[in-house]
Amino acid sequence: MILVLVDHDRGELDQLSLRALTAASKLGHDVEAVVIGKDGASLAGIVGEYGAKTLHVAAHADLTDYTPRASGAALAELVGKLKPAAVLSAGSPRGNEQLAHLAAVLDIPMAAECSQITLGTPHVVHRARWAGNLIEEAEVRSELLVASIFAFSTEPESKGGGAAAVVEFTPDLSAEDTLVKVIGRDAGESKGGVTLTDAKVIVSGGRGTGGPEGFAVIEELAGLLGGAVGCSRVVTSSGWRPHAEQVGQTGSKVAPDLYLACGISGAMQHIAGMKNSKTIIAINTDPEAPIFKYADYAIVGDLHQVLPALVTAVKSAQA
Amino acid sequence: MNILVCIKRVPLAGGTLILTPDKQDIETKFLGFGISPHEENAVEAGVQLIEQMGGELTLLTLGPSDAEEQLRASLAVGASRAILVETDGQEWDPQGTAAALVEAIKAEERKFDLIIFGAESADSAGYQIHIRVAHALGLPIVTNVKGMRVEGGKVSCDRVVPSGRELYEAPLPSIITVRDGLNIPRYPSVPGRMQARKKPIDMKKAEARVPQLVKLNLEVAPSKSTGAEILGNGVEAVPALVDVLKKIGTI
Repeated sequence: MILVLVDHDRGELDQLSLRALTAASKLGHDVEAVVIGKDGASLAGIVGEYGAKTLHVAAHADLTDYTPRASGAALAELVGKLKPAAVLSAGSPRGNEQLAHLAAVLDIPMAAECSQITLGTPHVVHRARWAGNLIEEAEVRSELLVASIFAFSTEPESKGGGAAAVVEFTPDLSAEDTLVKVIGRDAGESKGGVTLTDAKVIVSGGRGTGGPEGFAVIEELAGLLGGAVGCSRVVTSSGWRPHAEQVGQTGSKVAPDLYLACGISGAMQHIAGMKNSKTIIAINTDPEAPIFKYADYAIVGDLHQVLPALVTAVKSAQA
Repeated sequence: MNILVCIKRVPLAGGTLILTPDKQDIETKFLGFGISPHEENAVEAGVQLIEQMGGELTLLTLGPSDAEEQLRASLAVGASRAILVETDGQEWDPQGTAAALVEAIKAEERKFDLIIFGAESADSAGYQIHIRVAHALGLPIVTNVKGMRVEGGKVSCDRVVPSGRELYEAPLPSIITVRDGLNIPRYPSVPGRMQARKKPIDMKKAEARVPQLVKLNLEVAPSKSTGAEILGNGVEAVPALVDVLKKIGTI
């Protein structure tokens, strides 16, 4: 049996977890799911649809919000009871973190960001390194495989199954397990509207924008296309745009339908955050810019001339 | 405060990665080296804390003896001293790396109030060293921190999540991992570089353990093989661009 940690925030599903369920159901074993916190029980329907027969719910008075060390302890307890062949999660910051706690508790290896898994003795995985720019083939020499699923390696596939059977358990947690927990939450930097990771269209600016003023036309175009504004690391470290808009290894990883890269040369750490976009269009003055290797469509030119003309053309096309 | 920041020497790859012929490593002959991007913020956070509160900032790294270059660079922006745990030059698995770091931390006479890591390394993407160290030392850990305050014997941390921001608190001593955006790392000054040359680095050796996560080989992830379709130069490409936007359903 493969056990999949399905992540959620107060009952709101982490969509990447569906990809982990899909990856698990391709391994030829029964799939069961586990959620941490009783709010997760509401996911029995969707978890069943994506292939899990049973949904284990770790219910505990101290488990409402994200409490990663407690997740590790609860998972370790469940693993002891169910003896799965593997425990998988989404390769998200939270998925990786909760599995790392599990692996640390059990003192066994963990393979993060796997795009391919072959169960066996030893297990063999392909996992993404350098933010997806390198693939490592590796052996995992432990009986239980603990692995997270690289976000862009598996498209979620509905199995059309009925709701999973809910089995609640109360994990035995120590004071240390619940010491670090959420003590407050707010909207932070997000201003509402389209968030970067949800956006279908991202218009992104780099060094070629020349400064904060260069983003006026990028904002206008993003608005016309119903999209969000993104940027590269040099832009946020120069203080031109807020860090929340940064796309790349140290910012957000995105995969919109359209990524329009304006004045971005295409450093590897930026590519890592956007190369899974469906269509990539790049505008750059340098015909040799690395971004063109990853783009579907290329325009060699100055964004300061191309974008205003594009705004006008889009407006008349929409009129 | 007695602070420890853990850093890792990594190649500064540009737009493309090239592998060695045996596919075991990145070809670094023509590359410079630095530390992982989030770790620059970790060093800056440590420097700011000892500037505000006094104390000592120690750096710890595990790697080849060449990692002295990265330790000196971080000493130049204000760290006090460093520990280099020298490996055999091979890449160690996460369990082996964490065990060696724990051993070096435990060997210190004075306990650390705060241990800071970068949220993730640029190269290995294991997402676990810091958590294994926290479990081995029995310390609380808060990860992916993008805002922090230390007062009253505890550290308050902000973590950015899709819904906005979550606030966490942990008593000292604790471990945190920080993200780019926490601060803007400073550049070393010329006097800083001069002083860094004289700051002490403890050299230690660690024995490699039998790995349980074993690298077989590396491959460069495929990029789009066909290459980009050139729509044109400058504004004359705009009509073709609008056609593409229509074709993919954006407008």
